Amino acid sequence: MNAKRKGALLDPLFNDNPIAAQVLGICSALAVTTKLETSVVMSLAVIAVLSLSNLTVSLIRNLIPPSIRIIVQLTIIASLVIVTDQILQAFVYDISKQLSVFVGLIITNCIVMGRAEAYAMQNPPFESLLDGLGNGFGYSLILIVVGFLRELIGAGKFFGYQVLPLVSDGGWYQPNGLMVLAPGAFFLIGIFIWALRTWKPELQED
Amino acid sequence: MRQYSNAYVIGFATAVCLVCSIVVSTSAVVLRDRQDRNKVLDRQTQVLVVAGLLEEGQKTGADEVERLFEDNIQMRVVDLETGEYDDSVDAAAYDQRKASKDPATSRAAPANNAGITRLPSRALVYQRVADDQVQSLILPVEGKGLWSTLYGYIALAPDTTTIEGITFYEHGETPGLGGEVDNPSWKSLWVGRQAYDENWQPAVEVIKGLAGPVAEDPYRVDGISGATLTARGVSDLVRFWLGENGFQPYLSGFRAERSAS
Amino acid sequence: MLEHYLSLAVKAIFVENMALAFFLGMCSFLAVSKKVDTALGLGAAVTFVLTVTTPLNTLVYNYLLKEGALVWLNPEWAAIDLSFVRFLAFIGSIAASVQVVEMALDRYAPKLYAALGVFLPLIAVNCAILGASLFMVERDYTLPESAVFGFGSGVGFLLAIVALAAVREKMIYSNVPPALRGLGITFLVTGLMAIAFMAFAGIQL
Repeated sequence: MNAKRKGALLDPLFNDNPIAAQVLGICSALAVTTKLETSVVMSLAVIAVLSLSNLTVSLIRNLIPPSIRIIVQLTIIASLVIVTDQILQAFVYDISKQLSVFVGLIITNCIVMGRAEAYAMQNPPFESLLDGLGNGFGYSLILIVVGFLRELIGAGKFFGYQVLPLVSDGGWYQPNGLMVLAPGAFFLIGIFIWALRTWKPELQED
Repeated sequence: MRQYSNAYVIGFATAVCLVCSIVVSTSAVVLRDRQDRNKVLDRQTQVLVVAGLLEEGQKTGADEVERLFEDNIQMRVVDLETGEYDDSVDAAAYDQRKASKDPATSRAAPANNAGITRLPSRALVYQRVADDQVQSLILPVEGKGLWSTLYGYIALAPDTTTIEGITFYEHGETPGLGGEVDNPSWKSLWVGRQAYDENWQPAVEVIKGLAGPVAEDPYRVDGISGATLTARGVSDLVRFWLGENGFQPYLSGFRAERSAS
Repeated sequence: MLEHYLSLAVKAIFVENMALAFFLGMCSFLAVSKKVDTALGLGAAVTFVLTVTTPLNTLVYNYLLKEGALVWLNPEWAAIDLSFVRFLAFIGSIAASVQVVEMALDRYAPKLYAALGVFLPLIAVNCAILGASLFMVERDYTLPESAVFGFGSGVGFLLAIVALAAVREKMIYSNVPPALRGLGITFLVTGLMAIAFMAFAGIQL
């Protein structure tokens, strides 16, 4: 794979992570990460929508009139999200109940719009697909790490299985309620960004 | 930069709309049946769990759920105010939530603590039947928690006061705190408690702190620390549906019929 | 009656704050909160768009999309359920409203238009706007309720973003570790603000 393609796929993992570096896609990263299970499903949904939308926009990029560019992108993204939502409701109903409003919000997930506008409009289809996959993976990385930590520290569970026996069940672990609540997610991501920027000082702001 | 004519812009926009509509509509139509079946299955699973026929979280195939439901559960529609069965309405097709919103099939609820604004004229009840005898009554309950409306079922023994189970299949409470009302270990605390006191007034309640064992403390259920408001919501909604505006007319009718037979 | 709407508004502004309780609108929340003036401008624009689009979408949903909605056109269409298209329909109406707001501002308040700059079109993809409409559907609000809810959500967002901007302006003088500067510390501060807003939970008017 040539350097550009490799870059498209791998950069968004750490160097140019959509959440930690580009500040995109924050909303859902905070809301659905209370459990690892929902984080994983959301990640898969975003990877699917992001890569397909990048691919589609890139395929027709030379045909789109600039005056309706944004709305065309939105239409494509929204249609993909609707189909994804339908599939989730048909095949994993319980999880789709938990994700509820947030699947629809993938449409306004700035990553999808952001990459369509910034990359897919100017690059060939295969590279755009890779970029979509790469950013999807970068986004998923954060979601899964945060979801894992929140579920483990907040409830002592991993994927719904009790791994740390709770005090209320006769064990030793007192679950940290803060992690399950909204602010816990903010703190976790703040600390993740701190760690990332300490590892890669070129990402620091002044 | 290429200049796009108006005709092109309109034509392009139309083409995009057309393609997207076809893709979206196709997926919706093709998957609709599956989705509806999932919704019904979900409801049936909930009823089976609270009736004690299924373990919570047990992975059961769709066919198995449907079979268990067919064999053991009977759905009836009751008129809430009179407490009598209304067999003119098809129980399987009856959507209680929808009926609550339609002014033709509902009324404004009298003032209550459970945040209930509208009452359907008719409610669904599920009966677990074995050997032609009703073994338990499963009643749908709903009411306001802290963040959301909770929807669940409460299962009563045929004496209409011993609680056999409770479950909440839909709610938006805080996971780990208020959401614990859906935790099997908390739900099991309800089993064996008495819903009504000697005068047939709703007596069961969720308290702050720990209640005693079932035999000594039949009317009280432990609270959930950090979830006082949600637990209070549960307490209020259960008492509402056990009360005169809920299923009390139906349950007294049921008791009368039983003692007569 | 009035208490109901007041309670709805207070809930939308404080208890169920769009930014701090539901994390909607985070991207612009974090990006535009560096200075109080821009934060104020964005907050005002978001409030306006929310107050307009939430009731508009209530109409769209109730008269075009939900099951049986098309009955007013033709009674035989009672079984048609187009609710699966709601994402597209809402986004469409939001994008159109934002376009109209943009044109109106450009014509009647050019200074504000210039000050907001690129953030005005970005409101169209602000998850808070779509989120408010989706919540409205889930909770089945009537037209006046969605107007109050939209307005309240906007005010809540405005409060949160202005507060954060005020804190960030002051933080320039603090000694923040280099790797934490900017985005990192903003997240931590926002987390603390979110905890503070939880104090409002359970308020019933």
